Amino acid sequence: MRDKSPPGPLEYLRRPAIRAWLIGTCIFLYTPLITLMAFSFNNSKRNVVWRGFTLDYYVQVLHDTDLMVAFGNSLTIAAVSTLMSVILGAMTAILLWRFRFPAKPALEGALALPIVVPEICMGVAMLVFFTQVMPWPTEMPWPLNLGAIIISHISFSFSFVAIVIRARLASFNRELEEAAKDLGASEWRIFNDILIPHIRPGLVAGGLLAFTLSLDDFVITFFTSGPDTTTFPVKVYSMARFSPTPEINAVSTVLIIITVALTAIALRLQGTEMASDVAGG
Amino acid sequence: MDEHWKRAKGVFAAVGGPPTFWLLAFFLIPLAIIWTYSFGENTDLVHIAINGTFSNYGHALNPLYLGIIVKSFWFAALTTLLCLVIGFPVAIAITFASEKTKAWLLLLIMLPFWTNLLIRTYALMAVLRTEGYINFTLAFFWNHLSQLTALAGHPLAPFHPLELLHNNFAVVFGLVYVQLPFMVLPLYAALDRLDRSLLEASLDLGAGQFTTFRRVVIPLATPGIISGIIVTLIPSIGAYLTPDLLGGPESMMIANVIERQFKTANNWPFGSALSFMLMYMTFVAIAVQAIVSRGRKKAEAA
Repeated sequence: MRDKSPPGPLEYLRRPAIRAWLIGTCIFLYTPLITLMAFSFNNSKRNVVWRGFTLDYYVQVLHDTDLMVAFGNSLTIAAVSTLMSVILGAMTAILLWRFRFPAKPALEGALALPIVVPEICMGVAMLVFFTQVMPWPTEMPWPLNLGAIIISHISFSFSFVAIVIRARLASFNRELEEAAKDLGASEWRIFNDILIPHIRPGLVAGGLLAFTLSLDDFVITFFTSGPDTTTFPVKVYSMARFSPTPEINAVSTVLIIITVALTAIALRLQGTEMASDVAGG
Repeated sequence: MDEHWKRAKGVFAAVGGPPTFWLLAFFLIPLAIIWTYSFGENTDLVHIAINGTFSNYGHALNPLYLGIIVKSFWFAALTTLLCLVIGFPVAIAITFASEKTKAWLLLLIMLPFWTNLLIRTYALMAVLRTEGYINFTLAFFWNHLSQLTALAGHPLAPFHPLELLHNNFAVVFGLVYVQLPFMVLPLYAALDRLDRSLLEASLDLGAGQFTTFRRVVIPLATPGIISGIIVTLIPSIGAYLTPDLLGGPESMMIANVIERQFKTANNWPFGSALSFMLMYMTFVAIAVQAIVSRGRKKAEAA
């Protein structure tokens, strides 16, 4: 049913000018991505003119060993660094939430650093660290050869995770903890049965953030990766520098679909978690 | 009611130890190393002597590099301004939409932001290239127009594709493209907290939409505007990929120069000094924001 009444003073979304602006912004944001996805199915090398539908480039991607190895590396790095970032982030959040200690302001300041330090500065710092202080052995078997990249990724993501979990902890009712203590529960029991279930949505949200940050990272990996530890963004970068090819379109489309699917799952998970929170509390 | 750390030393050490160690070993120490490098110089190909020299910073301030630093700041400022102008109406539309529409609109703005930065930059290359989609579309219309005018006896000159890629325009276009969601979200967060009855009162009392916007909305949304500016400005100054892939030889930004010092020029001390120039600029921006927001809080309390 279309509402024919003139828009109210604060109903900006019903004003034609604002609508046109919003649509224009969406065209700006989506045209590049949608053309990229559409032309990954285009049966032409010069990918501006549409020459019919094909899945050839997807088949080529599957047979491109270098690209598939890089893709596997990216997913492995993201998985391991997500797990570690969630553990370290949760510890940090609990530490700052529960305790009072002399170095607390200094620690809070230091934790904000990975968020504000420009990527390029962190990239070169990691390059120097892994060549001068802790040279990562080059002949390690997979996935140990990815160690330097994984360490760098954990370093920049766990602060983000800590912030997300800390926000969730702020809503924790401490009386629950005290009641449990009075009833004789051990520290571990309280942690496992009360604290962890309460912060689970924060753990999920923080984990997803860490996963996307890791998959997205180019600059820091560019400085820490060696010839045999290429990740997907680094590989796409070297391909894109020469010339755009339909093959990159195809593999980008796959990554976009993975991202969108993960986001949808996360939103659904968080939706049900929140719903069960409301129902339970 | 924080617990004093001495009351549960075991738990304190267990949750505090690992993250502190990690932060120190794999973040602060690497940064400290390049900080000391910035006061050193190359003695031969592989050795760096840290002798407390300020020559790297002096070198960074010579006209060539100072020009690049100023240009990076100028590109970032222009990007931030464009994001603010484009993002404000979008944030307003989202804020005053119904609950359900609001969620969808936010998702719509956030979705490109979750897509890999490299893929977004690469997608822009395909749009802006000489044989890209924009030039292809323009050529299509131009040729049809030319056919029409040819019927009247005056064919148009052949189509010249626009130079959209590998120049400063492409860099700013690309930066706006990737940074826009960073601006919209803080603006939306600030506008959403705003007391709507103030807007209604202003409109009821005869102020027009524009006056209300200028004298009520903008002052109340200032904290959001400032944090939007900060989160757009800082990553733009240090952007590496966008100028590298979309820019031409004259659009190098500070991050590209840093990369060159470390990877090809092999002058690590100078690269470290440039990195720290970038870090100092970041810290100044954050300090300014902190001072402004503290000033506002004091003014509100008074």
